[in-house]
Amino acid sequence: MIGATDRRWLIAMVGVPTFLHVLLVWIPALATVGLSFAEWNNLDPLRDIAAVGTENYTVIFTVFGTRLFPALFNNLALVLFLFLCTAAGMLLAYLLDKSVRGTALYQSIYYFPVVLSLAVVGFIWKSVMFSRESGLLNILWPGDPIDFVGDQTRLFELVLPFGDVPVGISRNFAALLVAMAWRHIGYVMVLYLAGLKAVDPSLKEAAAVDGCNEWQSFRSVVFPTLKPINVVVAVITVIEALRAYDIIAALNVPRGTEVMGTLVTSALIGEGAGRVGIGSAYGTVLFVLCIGFIIWYVYNNFREDER
Amino acid sequence: MDGKHSHDPVRGRSARRGFARRALALGTVVALVAACGSDDAGGTITLGSNYSDEVPREALAAAVDSCGLDVEINTVDHNTYQENFNTYVQQPDDVMAWFAGYRMRAFAQRGVVGDISDVWENLDGMSEGFQSASSGLDGNQYFVPLYYYPWAVHYRVSVFEENGYEVPTTWDELLALAAQMEADGITPFAAANDGRWPQMGMFDMINMRVNGYDFHVSLMGGRESWEDDRVKDVFGYWEEILPYYQPDVNGRTWQDAATAIGNGEAGMYLIGTFMVDNFDPEAQADLIADIDFFAFPEINPEHGQDAVEAPIDGFMMAADPENESGAKALLECLGSAQAIDAYLSVTPSVVGANADTDTSVYNARQLKSAELVGNAKYISQFLDRDTDPDFASSVVGVALADFLADPGQIDSILATVESQKQTYEFE
Repeated sequence: MIGATDRRWLIAMVGVPTFLHVLLVWIPALATVGLSFAEWNNLDPLRDIAAVGTENYTVIFTVFGTRLFPALFNNLALVLFLFLCTAAGMLLAYLLDKSVRGTALYQSIYYFPVVLSLAVVGFIWKSVMFSRESGLLNILWPGDPIDFVGDQTRLFELVLPFGDVPVGISRNFAALLVAMAWRHIGYVMVLYLAGLKAVDPSLKEAAAVDGCNEWQSFRSVVFPTLKPINVVVAVITVIEALRAYDIIAALNVPRGTEVMGTLVTSALIGEGAGRVGIGSAYGTVLFVLCIGFIIWYVYNNFREDER
Repeated sequence: MDGKHSHDPVRGRSARRGFARRALALGTVVALVAACGSDDAGGTITLGSNYSDEVPREALAAAVDSCGLDVEINTVDHNTYQENFNTYVQQPDDVMAWFAGYRMRAFAQRGVVGDISDVWENLDGMSEGFQSASSGLDGNQYFVPLYYYPWAVHYRVSVFEENGYEVPTTWDELLALAAQMEADGITPFAAANDGRWPQMGMFDMINMRVNGYDFHVSLMGGRESWEDDRVKDVFGYWEEILPYYQPDVNGRTWQDAATAIGNGEAGMYLIGTFMVDNFDPEAQADLIADIDFFAFPEINPEHGQDAVEAPIDGFMMAADPENESGAKALLECLGSAQAIDAYLSVTPSVVGANADTDTSVYNARQLKSAELVGNAKYISQFLDRDTDPDFASSVVGVALADFLADPGQIDSILATVESQKQTYEFE
């Protein structure tokens, strides 16, 4: 039985964070959804907010389709790419977990970029690595200098069945992906290193005794025991990919590298701009993508656990 | 957010100014404070400022100190200031730093900044041009200019002399000079577009030379179609000089393009006079002295060289300031020759807006800037100051980048601009 005092404590401990969460996260999120059906310039008084139905969505999917669809495609490409990086991070963690000589040094090197904010990562890559005139990559490259930041030529192009807007990965976005990988791999590595430390070594020994090779032992014994970490890492990877913003903003949002995050901010906070309805509509599209993925993923995982 | 306004001379300044200059400024301040200590407006006046780099911050402090009023300056990082201006302007300081043109009028129109026509009645030395650049659509004044800086084609005098180049005054001469430079192994045009604002200057210049200032104003005001043949003409002329551009324009910062002029790799560079800020005022003083500029050449004889792009920076007043009499006294002072002299004594890279400014201390670049603007019949602000800022950056800036990446697509690019323009409301 829970005593009256305990109950009060329980209510306080659950209630206060829930209250703050709803107040600071859900109410603004839902207000954004509401504003996406309105027109307002954030200068006029609140009573001047006018309902416009789904017009903002019509505008961003048709007139501004040339901006929306490439941005969505970039986000999608980021999701796939960051999962590759996640696999690479997991591999690094697995190798470094085997008490290699100097493992602490390797770990520090791989983890170093994570300590930097993505905005700083963006500045470093822009000026030190990518710069056409003085970047390290162009100094080492023997051929004509490459414009890593500004070259918006597409590496490939797909024509979508709707929207009439070709999408694809531009060269400067591909370069940006490398900069993002630099950071994401180290991040994932540390999460898995922590997870691997928690794996009971006797499990691996048992697998070895039963004649498993390295890959079989990893796939069938170690990987399943990492499940809680896998859930966290998968969610982090998708959310990082969908909310990508700072590194691109640090590069001044070169044409071709737009993602949903940059469209939201340019419509909402550009000086004197204040296209609140349009910005909120972009934000809502992003919100639906994120929340949709999270619900689907968490639901599937908990259902499997129950079985 | 995107640094697109780093063409203001108040930014892009490094903190490498010498101690001597600061000491000099301090001396000036002390002298001016002593000279004009009258205080007819009671109470503290608050001044919101985006002059966050070291040199402009000191310069503004010197200008304010010269007024002898009790002023509290609240300096905010310039990017943050501009991005949050919509929110800030609703609960602002008594006086706020801002820009002339559409960017001021948009706020005046909505009544979120104060009418200061009575300040203008007492302002001596302001030309009619500056008054109209400070006026809202209702004809009242909402802005006091502090300084301006023109955009022009920069070049190195020594490079022109060594190769026997003449300053071009017509489009044909410009093309001939570019061809000659290329033959001599010099890239004719240094060009940057990082942040997507530098090439707006080229669009504006060609547009005003081909179609005139009035067309520029009505195009920026949303009253002309972007699919109009006159707009296509602009891109037609532009395409003629694109082969003479530095390659990979879109990824280059204005500083890197300025460096190409500095080391003689490139011959000409259309940019604001803040271009010399890229070089060290002490170590590269000779180079800075070697850099001169000329007005963009004539294309259509009907318009000649009658327009120049010269962004004006200055101040607005809150709609409902806590200390209105103080705010107006401060604005009147900031527009006076005395405050502008104090400002320019700290940073001589810009030109004072007030005609009574002491030009005897001007360097050659300031004198020439003043002459260039003084000779112009029309003064535009800049593409992103003459129209809706979001339309400028999200629509036109993107279109210009697309044009530079693939000029052949210009028809579909302009069709996109025109359809996206329909979703904006212009003043």
